[in-house]
Amino acid sequence: MTDSGPGAVLAGSAFGGAGLDPLGAGPEEAGGSISREAWRRLRGNRVAILGAVLVLLFVLVALLAPLLAPYDPKDPVLRSQITPGNYPGLSAQHWLGVDRQGRDELSRIIYGSRQSLLVGVVATSLGFAGGMLLGLLAGAFGGWIDSLVMRVVDVLLALPGLLLAITIAAVLGQSLTSIMLAIAVVQIPIFARLLRGSMLAQRESDYVLAARMVGVRRRKIMLGHVLPNSLSPVIVQATLSLATAIIDAAALSYLGLSGTDPDVPEWGRMLAEAQQDLVAAPRLAFIPCIAIVIAALGFTLLGESLREALDPKFRR
Amino acid sequence: MTTLHDVDDLPVRFTRRGRPDVRAVDGVSFSVSAGETVGLVGESGSGKSVTSLAIMGLLPKRGVTVGGRAEFAGRDLLRLPADALRDLRGRELSMVFQDPLSALNPVISIGLQVTEVLERHRGMSGREARAEAARLLEVVGIPDPTRRLREYPHQLSGGMRQRALIAMAVACQPRLLIADEPTTALDVTIQAQILELLRGLVQEQGTALVLITHDLGVVAGICDRVNVMYSGRIVEQADRRTLFVQPRHPYTTGLLASIPRLDSAADLPLEPIPGSPTDTVPWDTACAFAPRCTRRLDVCGTERPALADNGGVRLLRCHNPVPAAESLAVGAEGRR
Repeated sequence: MTDSGPGAVLAGSAFGGAGLDPLGAGPEEAGGSISREAWRRLRGNRVAILGAVLVLLFVLVALLAPLLAPYDPKDPVLRSQITPGNYPGLSAQHWLGVDRQGRDELSRIIYGSRQSLLVGVVATSLGFAGGMLLGLLAGAFGGWIDSLVMRVVDVLLALPGLLLAITIAAVLGQSLTSIMLAIAVVQIPIFARLLRGSMLAQRESDYVLAARMVGVRRRKIMLGHVLPNSLSPVIVQATLSLATAIIDAAALSYLGLSGTDPDVPEWGRMLAEAQQDLVAAPRLAFIPCIAIVIAALGFTLLGESLREALDPKFRR
Repeated sequence: MTTLHDVDDLPVRFTRRGRPDVRAVDGVSFSVSAGETVGLVGESGSGKSVTSLAIMGLLPKRGVTVGGRAEFAGRDLLRLPADALRDLRGRELSMVFQDPLSALNPVISIGLQVTEVLERHRGMSGREARAEAARLLEVVGIPDPTRRLREYPHQLSGGMRQRALIAMAVACQPRLLIADEPTTALDVTIQAQILELLRGLVQEQGTALVLITHDLGVVAGICDRVNVMYSGRIVEQADRRTLFVQPRHPYTTGLLASIPRLDSAADLPLEPIPGSPTDTVPWDTACAFAPRCTRRLDVCGTERPALADNGGVRLLRCHNPVPAAESLAVGAEGRR
């Protein structure tokens, strides 16, 4: 079996799980593709399961927010009982208490997940699409196109990611859209560089030579042979990028760069608001932090396990 | 028999800025006719694979210069525009690679990889292409071909992968097939089967086969004529029988003497060729094999030997070839 890297420890249960396989599809079953094999390995990995459960939880909460939230997140239900520096704590009615405006904290956390998920998915999709396009250009054509694209990528990478995102979001103005665009721009060079590097490595492989040997056209070789083989690191990166995007989104809204409506619950902004009452109600700062950590952790664990499952070194 | 393919003096140079050129292959000439099998033999680094890639136009364009002539059916492949050459590759010219696992795309099913060739050159598509692909797999001896078409390279055994690769290579019944160490990555039992398969294809389809190998056993089994290469040049060229019965070049005799034999005593040490292929001198001023040669003369270090006709049955590049009588002894011993 595998014996190298910290991943091996995490993957320890990957091959032992066959006996517990609820579907009864034995590992010897022929006709499985590589993705199916990766899926099998993923299913046997406890870390992957944990990541998947966290991600699923996050997505479900976001989708079902109106059903799950006990109160309207914008409604200051307990405003009358609020005095400065003294908010009602945890209670049977308000599990996580209320914030300084008397709004139910649990409902706000639940609704806040929608913003995080939206920003994460949209920003990562845009970054993925842009990065794939640039990476494909550079990786498929090489030569001066490659040099040009990679210099642009180098410039983007030279700036610290969050700083770049702040600049872009500030220039575009306060809105959720500008946050998403800002994060996407930060992610484009990462995807571009990853895909290009992966493609360059694959281009030198024997099967490309073999495909050229039987006269397959260049475009077909690039799109049909090289690209599919170069995708796995990019897919892993996309999963990990979701975590980064969620954290970055929280950071940007913490800095007040998200939408102008302060009633819309956002984890980053909730954190910023809680800062003012850090002494009186520290839980108001901890709760959104924990939410951010759980969401980001879910995607990170899933991404890392995916990397393991798709890594050709672990294959077969 | 008319000559189908004729390689004439094919120098391949690797150039790099700030370094002297590396002459990987120089003065390699051989020809092959339809239905004939010609072997290119030599140890690692002797330029066998570079020769074949140069013929196919598959060497990188930058940093490589290929000269000479590689004529195929009256056309010089080296002067052909890239498009025309691409149309020929896979249809009229084809090649089988050494390592079938890396020569097959790991994320694409065998079926797609075989049908791709059929779509490209035979205008087939869909069901028709799949049926033809299954037939091809059957021809090369893969059982249950329709199932195998859906599988991926890692699900096939080494021998089956090589068969699949051969199926792709012969999908369009090429007139020239180059097999670059087709059996090196395989078990001995599978090797024999693959060679039998190649021999069958040559006989049935009249394909001209160029077999690149370092294994003289493979050569003895299948080749009609043999070219022995050393350091990028042919040093001896003869038909199989002549070469095995009466090798004249010291390198060829050395190769034959270093093969373990079934009928010799088990504790008899093998006779290796002294030194390693890195101990070469450039062919310009001397014989590249001289540093390792047991028959070396003074002239070997100062003058380049030319590839010359020797007794009308072979071409030989040597100042001091093994005498016919002596080589007969080595050859007789070298016979199986």
